[in-house]
Amino acid sequence: MDWFLQQLINGLALGAIYALIALGYTMVYGVLRFINFAHADVLMLGAFAAYYLAPSVAKVFGPSTVPTALTVMVLSAVICAVIGMLIEFLAYRPLRHRPRLTVLITAIGVSLFIEYTGQHEKVFGAATKAFPTLLPQKEIIVGALRCSSNDLVVVGFTAVLLAAMWYIVQRTKVGMAMRAVSFNEQAASLMGVNVNAIISFTFAIGSALAAIGGIFFAMRAPGIEPLMGVQPGLRAFIAAVLGGIGNLPGAALGGVVLGLIETFFGGMPGLSDYRDAIAFALLILILLFRPAGLLGKMQTEKV
Amino acid sequence: MKRRIFFSVVGAMALGFAGCQKTASNEIPVGEFASLTGKEATFGQSSHEGTVLAVEQINEAGGVLGKKIKLLTEDNASKPGESANAVNKLIAKDGVVAILGEVASSRSLEAAPICQSAKIPMVSPASTNPKLTETGDYIFRVCFIDPFQGTVMANFAKNTLKEQNVAVFTDVKSDYSKGLAKFFKEGFTKAGGKIAAELDYNGGDKDFKGQLTAIKAANPDGVFVPGYYTDVALICIQAKEVGLNVPFYGGDGWESSKLTEIGKDAVEGEYFSTHYSPDAGGEKAKAFVEAYKKRYNGKAPDAMAALGYDSALILADAIKRAGGTEGDKIRDALAATKDFDAVTGKISINKQHDADKAAVIVQVKNGKFEYKETVKP
Repeated sequence: MDWFLQQLINGLALGAIYALIALGYTMVYGVLRFINFAHADVLMLGAFAAYYLAPSVAKVFGPSTVPTALTVMVLSAVICAVIGMLIEFLAYRPLRHRPRLTVLITAIGVSLFIEYTGQHEKVFGAATKAFPTLLPQKEIIVGALRCSSNDLVVVGFTAVLLAAMWYIVQRTKVGMAMRAVSFNEQAASLMGVNVNAIISFTFAIGSALAAIGGIFFAMRAPGIEPLMGVQPGLRAFIAAVLGGIGNLPGAALGGVVLGLIETFFGGMPGLSDYRDAIAFALLILILLFRPAGLLGKMQTEKV
Repeated sequence: MKRRIFFSVVGAMALGFAGCQKTASNEIPVGEFASLTGKEATFGQSSHEGTVLAVEQINEAGGVLGKKIKLLTEDNASKPGESANAVNKLIAKDGVVAILGEVASSRSLEAAPICQSAKIPMVSPASTNPKLTETGDYIFRVCFIDPFQGTVMANFAKNTLKEQNVAVFTDVKSDYSKGLAKFFKEGFTKAGGKIAAELDYNGGDKDFKGQLTAIKAANPDGVFVPGYYTDVALICIQAKEVGLNVPFYGGDGWESSKLTEIGKDAVEGEYFSTHYSPDAGGEKAKAFVEAYKKRYNGKAPDAMAALGYDSALILADAIKRAGGTEGDKIRDALAATKDFDAVTGKISINKQHDADKAAVIVQVKNGKFEYKETVKP
């Protein structure tokens, strides 16, 4: 039983990070109907932004204190938001009305471009770097269960951000515009919605979340390198599909489910090297019975 | 496999054109391929620095056979496929008489068939996978092999740490890790111990808590992690987070300053086996440490640097004894190496063209690697 609860804690913390990253995929898909593969690399850029910012911010607020961590996170999120908007403006906007496959291939190109630029010795270099300790860490022990304070922070923060996202999309004017663009871009623009601005905004928010996801990921595993985004990015993308792509609570649920599956199978002796295979097999199974994902609605394609 | 054959053929064909060497006649061209950048960059840089130092010292002392050694280095960026390209270029374009490299076994295994079919002797400084020298009679190494290293750690866990139940945590992506794990398990059960749990990870993973929680549930006295330093550092950090506070130990893949840089307090007190420790050796090792520090701004040499240095010394010694630079002559001279007084201990090349030599065990203390004991074969 202890074992089960402990794995539940481990899985939740991992799943929360996937959820955060999955939100970015799902939001972009919602408005533009394509997968932004460069999202995983924005996550990496977020972690590197924090890596380079942390020493100077620590001089002001002291190393590993809460204000330092918050400032670093906000600054990295802002940097990544700008990068996200730039990617959209330079790479995707010129292709807005081209076939969707063109944009998809461009997204893969952008992703590879960022990864290999990052690996150049004059940029980040391919060697793993030690990520600084942003927050003082404590072990919380309840009976036989252990939880690191970082994991609690990650889960708490993610929950708050998810709620904020839901509020923005469902209760604000910008959110209404986002939903309108998602529903029908042309009609929205005829109703006076500035489609370009809304799409930029979506990329900014998604990229900011990716940056925070990247920092959380680096806090759990404090070794960062230019390809660090690939694995969590892939998992978060799957999580978004699993939850029902385009659906915000779905992305969160998908992330948590994937994190739990991975942790539980990773912890079974004899099965641990099949961890990803089992996780993905289960996903296929779920999608066979619910093709639109756990929370997605089936939509008949309009012709 | 297909690709390997292709490259071998290209290599062999290229040899036909190798007559047109660009090197001056008073120089002996020796090739080196190393991971100077990329994931295992610290390994490649260290061995490269050791090799460069050795070549400089040999040339200062008058070179070999009245000629200077010219070292030609190619970077494989720690990537699969690049070593084959590098070695083909060195043999075909630069006309090298011998090849030095690499640290990682999988990349040495890529280059070995090419050297073998071109009949160019290859000396690996630090690849420990047994398969390497089985490639052919032109392939040598100056380090011990995994069965020895795995057994050394098994005996260390059983006899020095007095452990009964241990867990083994293997990187299923790496030949090196799987080899070490296999020989550790055999050695440990033979010594009367029990393997409490066996779990796997994929090199490059960032989350190990699922596996570590399972290892903790098996309640082992210690955990053997035969991985590479970046993964090991993250594993040690997350092990402490799930409350797994038993000794961790591994092989020479741990040895890098990145281990303590990333792992910090979490790797304190852990052990690993390696080829050399500056505190273990005799006169030769002392002289090497001094020369290395002088050459590289006070940086202390690690095991890979010492092995890189030794690989160049042994090759130069063999060329001297061979009296010529023909591949078969160098090969025979290398094979006849006996009790060569190297930095990493006395080296004899055995029938399998591996080095018979001792291993040392070091402990991480205050962010440094401290010498514990020497284990003879």
